Amino acid sequence: MTKVTMTVNGRKMSGDVESRTLLAQFLRETLDLTGTHIGCDTSQCGACVVHVNGAAVKSCTAFAVDLDGAEVRTVEGMANADGSLGVIQQAFQDHHGLQCGFCTPGMVMSTAALLKENPKPTEAEIRHYLEGNICRCTGYHNIVKAVLAASGQDVSAVAAE
Amino acid sequence: MPKDGGIGASTKRREDVRFLTGAGRYTADIDLRGQAYVQFLRSDVAHGRINKIDTSAAEAMPGVLAVFTGEDFTGMGGNPAGWLIQSRNGETMKEPKRPVLAHGKVRHVGDAYAAVVAETPEQARDAVEAIISDITELPAIVDMAQAVADKTNRVHDEIADNVVFDWGWIEDNRAAVDAAFKTAPHVTTLELTNNRLSPNAMEPRASIGDYDAGTGDYKLYTTSQNPHLHRLLIAAFVMGIPENKLTVIAPDVGGGFGSKIYHYGEEAVVLAAAKKLNRPVKWVATRSEAFVSDAHGRDHVTKIQLATDMQGNMLALRTETLANVGAYLSNFSTATPTFLHGTLMAGPYKTPLVYVNVKAVFTNTAPVDAYRGAGRPEATYSIERVVDKAARELGIDPFEMRRRNFIKPDQYPYTTPVGLVYDTGNYDATLNKLVEMVDMKAFETRRAASAKAGKLRGIGLSTWIEACGIAPSNLVGVLGSRVGLFDAATVRVNATGNISVMVGAHSHGQSHETVFAQIVSDKLGIPASSIDIVHGDTSKIPFGMGSYGSRSLAVCGTAMVKAVDKIIAKGKKIAAHMLEASEGDIVFEDGSFKVTGTDKAKTFGEIAFSAYVPHNYPLETLEPGLEETAFYDPSNFTYPAGAYACEAEVDPETGKVTICNFWAADDFGNIMNPMVVEGQVHGGVAQGIGQALLEHAVYDANGQLQTGSYMDYAMPRADDVPFYESDFSCITPCTHNPLGVKGCGEAGAIGSPPAVVNAVIDALQRGGHKNVIHIDMPLSPSRVWAAINA
Repeated sequence: MTKVTMTVNGRKMSGDVESRTLLAQFLRETLDLTGTHIGCDTSQCGACVVHVNGAAVKSCTAFAVDLDGAEVRTVEGMANADGSLGVIQQAFQDHHGLQCGFCTPGMVMSTAALLKENPKPTEAEIRHYLEGNICRCTGYHNIVKAVLAASGQDVSAVAAE
Repeated sequence: MPKDGGIGASTKRREDVRFLTGAGRYTADIDLRGQAYVQFLRSDVAHGRINKIDTSAAEAMPGVLAVFTGEDFTGMGGNPAGWLIQSRNGETMKEPKRPVLAHGKVRHVGDAYAAVVAETPEQARDAVEAIISDITELPAIVDMAQAVADKTNRVHDEIADNVVFDWGWIEDNRAAVDAAFKTAPHVTTLELTNNRLSPNAMEPRASIGDYDAGTGDYKLYTTSQNPHLHRLLIAAFVMGIPENKLTVIAPDVGGGFGSKIYHYGEEAVVLAAAKKLNRPVKWVATRSEAFVSDAHGRDHVTKIQLATDMQGNMLALRTETLANVGAYLSNFSTATPTFLHGTLMAGPYKTPLVYVNVKAVFTNTAPVDAYRGAGRPEATYSIERVVDKAARELGIDPFEMRRRNFIKPDQYPYTTPVGLVYDTGNYDATLNKLVEMVDMKAFETRRAASAKAGKLRGIGLSTWIEACGIAPSNLVGVLGSRVGLFDAATVRVNATGNISVMVGAHSHGQSHETVFAQIVSDKLGIPASSIDIVHGDTSKIPFGMGSYGSRSLAVCGTAMVKAVDKIIAKGKKIAAHMLEASEGDIVFEDGSFKVTGTDKAKTFGEIAFSAYVPHNYPLETLEPGLEETAFYDPSNFTYPAGAYACEAEVDPETGKVTICNFWAADDFGNIMNPMVVEGQVHGGVAQGIGQALLEHAVYDANGQLQTGSYMDYAMPRADDVPFYESDFSCITPCTHNPLGVKGCGEAGAIGSPPAVVNAVIDALQRGGHKNVIHIDMPLSPSRVWAAINA
């Protein structure tokens, strides 16, 4: 077991990990941050996306032991300081961009990374960027719409609910 | 008129806040004090005889608490099929016992036959790998036709031809149908496969068993669409626990699509292990386990024939289907290819003569059961493909071909030749709406542009109907169902005036917490924020049958409305007492109980408070409290219907299909929350596009699953699909439930696959590839390219 310390959502947090412990497991089991979900075992589904040192990472692809000292942000750290939904979260609610909620944390984290890189993405750019996040419920329509809205773009032309 | 709340409003979802902030509580998120972990040993061969399992090394591994094999559970079981089907010859279907863990034989890759409980999941996994199995591999039975023909190789030793049943629907119609084919001016024949799918709810299955040695009570947290059904199956059929000693809790569940209706053996193991060890025992499936052990969907091979006159009037239809049930009968597996399929083979058409034959076949593959749509997508796909082919053969416009054969609005109630009575509908209306949405002139312009770029563009149509609101118990009882299919709701008005509504339905993405509260709010005039919808815990909710088959609103929603009506009736009694008026003079309006024709009134809150502080109550005629339960069993199925069109572009160089546009015009009856309904259509359509273009659960000849991960099983991703256009303004309210609702959850997955395939065939035909009349799903680039270049 090795002790690792990370700054997670702005707070310093430590725990003992085995060398095979994945970041996703460390977050969920050691730190009890269960918002990060595990939906596959081949790093395909994207439910476990978090930010590590500012970059979007599938937390099932990283060993916790390698990330001593890292800055990590998870879905639990995405709300505004007053606890209200952040811009991306609010856009997902406003546009019904989630149903069962299981892929949602990964979608929110990927969207945040996308908008940091590309503040006004086109529909095609959004669809391409979110290729690594699988959703089985929404058919992606309202997710893409929510991302457009979160980037401040007009979505009134997209088939309205 | 958009409203902020109540029936018909696009109220934003309350459940979103917890899901968006990481505060959802799925089964895998729950840890119980002192819990141990179980991992399963699954067969890596499709078919084999178990000679010996040596667990001694595993038992000696660090952290190991217990090792189980199938032999430990031979006294339990079996997990039953919910429907007993009669074969054409009058024989009852074959129903081999489905064990908790396999013993004697393993029957599919992924079949669990041993389990290890340890202090950590890793220790359990390591110990599973230390079990030494002596298994004689037998030839795998994968192909259905071969399974039926080869009587020497058997999935279950006692069943010679691997046939579960040979079902005719309706057998008495057969001679008349065959006679009609003999004299028909035109017969269109099509042989097609409805490809096998893996449901892939994004949350893998998970279970935690807990046992209280002090009381003898069991508790199971599990990923279930129907906790009471799980409790009944586990308690009464599999484990023999008194039903009142088992609580089943399905907390937040990350999608189901049918795959979480069923009871699986892992759930019995965690409960048995929890009792044996007197510790909670947890299991969380990996995606790899999900691919090999979750019930798959579809997997039909069908020959369909349509007899018409030369004007395209449908005279008769008949089908022969082989339906794969996999290695064991899962709970709904016998209903899906029969009463959820054969009874829909009339579609929205007035074809007077229909006969359906289905043989269900055991194979050495994972069990196959209901997956979004369940039987109805298979029916719709067969019908809509053969109708399209017939239209092409006869030179009739596909829109006109369908219109000519639609049941017309003045024909309801309409009795079909396959045993259903459609209560209402208007198929011309949805088709006309679709035509408006599609705008064929604009399509021609886009087609010309594609042609210039060397691409082939086509448009495909599908008009579909389904029977949902599952189901009238009287009817399904006659058809072989072993359960009732009613639902239930309890409305508890608390002393302080807020309301808890306990429902038998379970929400795993459907939005019940929001939409059910909208309905109660609308009926009682109480703000939705004061109403909670409680679901997923058998110790809290009344006995309802859960959520599948687009039933939640039509069945459980109706029970809820009936319970609300009882609350209002009781409230009137209380108001009559408080206002010293006759009960008959009390009216309930705008959230108040009033004496008609006077200004005397009591608010809802005053009535609620009085119910729990019953001073001066006439207790011999009026009980304290304000809580009512209603059970509702529908008198008929509901029949949502619609018309879908897909516009697709084919690259003839590569065979790649791109979905350019998808339009859906549906009649779901009355709409409670348009935002939610639209979301359901989107999701269903994406799953249908996935089936048509991408998804296929493939076993090789040895019964090895070739598509056991997301690297091999092509899930629809964001850039595989377009923005969809969905309309549900054509409304014929359901005639037999008070909300006039029909259900919308499965529609998209039912209506879309034939629209996609018809679009691709249309594109190829328009592009001059006249020899391509059919391609089996999924229409992958290689299959399309091969068809073009055949």
